[in-house]
Amino acid sequence: MSTLSERILGAAAREYVDRKVDRAYAHDGTGVLALEAWKDMGGDRLGKDTGYYIQFDHIAPANNGTTATLQHELRNFAKSSFMQFSDIGCGICHQLMSEGIVLPGEIVVGADSHSVTLGAFGAFATGMGATDMAAIWLTGETWFRVPESTGIHLTGRFTGAAEAKDLALTYVGKLGMDGATYQTLEFVGEGAHHLSMDERLVLSNLSVEAGAKAGLFYADDVTVRYLKEQGYDVMPQESEPCTYQQVLDLDLADVVPLVAVPHRVDTIKPVEALGGLHLDQVFVGTCTNGRYSDLARFARLVKGRKVAVRTIVIPASASILEKAIRTGVLADIVDAGCTIGTPGCGPCLGYHMGVLGEGEVCLSTANRNFRNRMGVGGEIYLGSVATAAASALSGEITSPEAA
Amino acid sequence: MKGKGTAVCLPADIDTDVIIAGRYLRTKDRGIWAAHVLEDLDPTLASHLKGAVIVAGKNFGCGSSREQAAIAIREAGVVAVIAPSFARIFFRNAINIGLPLIESDLTCEEGSTVVFDISEGWVETGGKRHPVRLLSPRMREILTAGGLVEYWRAHR
Repeated sequence: MSTLSERILGAAAREYVDRKVDRAYAHDGTGVLALEAWKDMGGDRLGKDTGYYIQFDHIAPANNGTTATLQHELRNFAKSSFMQFSDIGCGICHQLMSEGIVLPGEIVVGADSHSVTLGAFGAFATGMGATDMAAIWLTGETWFRVPESTGIHLTGRFTGAAEAKDLALTYVGKLGMDGATYQTLEFVGEGAHHLSMDERLVLSNLSVEAGAKAGLFYADDVTVRYLKEQGYDVMPQESEPCTYQQVLDLDLADVVPLVAVPHRVDTIKPVEALGGLHLDQVFVGTCTNGRYSDLARFARLVKGRKVAVRTIVIPASASILEKAIRTGVLADIVDAGCTIGTPGCGPCLGYHMGVLGEGEVCLSTANRNFRNRMGVGGEIYLGSVATAAASALSGEITSPEAA
Repeated sequence: MKGKGTAVCLPADIDTDVIIAGRYLRTKDRGIWAAHVLEDLDPTLASHLKGAVIVAGKNFGCGSSREQAAIAIREAGVVAVIAPSFARIFFRNAINIGLPLIESDLTCEEGSTVVFDISEGWVETGGKRHPVRLLSPRMREILTAGGLVEYWRAHR
């Protein structure tokens, strides 16, 4: 009996295989180096039968002339080849790939570590570097070591203010930053089936923070319904008994609001333990928590009130922004005193639209709090959307259950 | 494939943001990456890495997929990186740009001479030879070619 990774890759764990890649994508950060490597390899046209995508999200719009020049070259390449190109403002690459592109059972490679996000669809989605991406552009294929898997067995439902982000921080805290290195996480159990696609995307997104190569959910009725809305008829993936390297049992009812404290994603504390910590900035967005459901939850919590600290809200894609405008969610957020940024990665990687200064403290809904990541000397606490809302209103780290 | 260098000891969980900070990524100038490698860990380190073998703790290279991390280490003159485990994207990136990685629990002694043979699968220091985990045949081919660009130039 096989794990989902073994089924999709068509071989047993620890074997090395060459596989055609169904979808390959890169962004303005990694695409520049990939293009250079592809040319050096002698690339002139793209490999066959693979869907190729380039999305501008990391520093979009460009922050200075150097960035603009690098992007100009990549943009010209994307437009002149058979790439499907998404320019500035379209949104974050992983989010765009989740909006009716990636399907269950596909092999997906993104030139970004958070490409694991797409595992939420039951696709084998993983991140690679620029030169690996260049070789995929060249041949349409790449090599894989079929991973062993860790089972994350979920039961129950969320209670109180806990949400998917808190569950994600729970498992990263338990596994540690390298607890699943060279492995896949497979999210199974009745608790997994109760989760929405947006919640699954959060859980898959953080899997790389435990070192995992991928974070997979089996496609089920929830996946089928979501993709039906995007115009696809797909079949659920039947799970079968299989052997996991290790199994982590988590009851959603036990999950409480958490934060990851500087400078490690696996150093987790209950929000309450940090209550009262002064904040200079709150950031809601990214490939972790910038979806419509996140913005709607945030809006519900801040509606009719004013934030007490500078708060930046960035929708993960243009379609999310458009929906938030249409439903009034955006107006509630703006009325509460928040600043809205262009759909994309925003300040997550410390480039623009909310970089931290020396000694500044930020509560962010992103997925990394490495030293200096959002700016030299800045400190990053990672938490849920509800924790971000409660903290934005008070100007200090605040449990959403206390609010 | 053999090599030799002077040990530089680093802790566990060195992430790619620490290896090369995001603020230095928007360029194609490899000299800039080499000059700022590991700056947030120790600003003096970059100038001491010529001929070095980095001997680090587990999970070296965790975090983002930025290939500039592996390039920065190589361009600074590092001969190889030895660690008990590597984050997998960094692992592929390093081999793809021709930087040898060696999986080993070797205890680091700052300044000692480290000799290694990747084809035979051993590392030697202080007169003692330790076996290491062998790279897959494909990774050895890529590394021997000098990287994935050179590999595909030869195989197309």
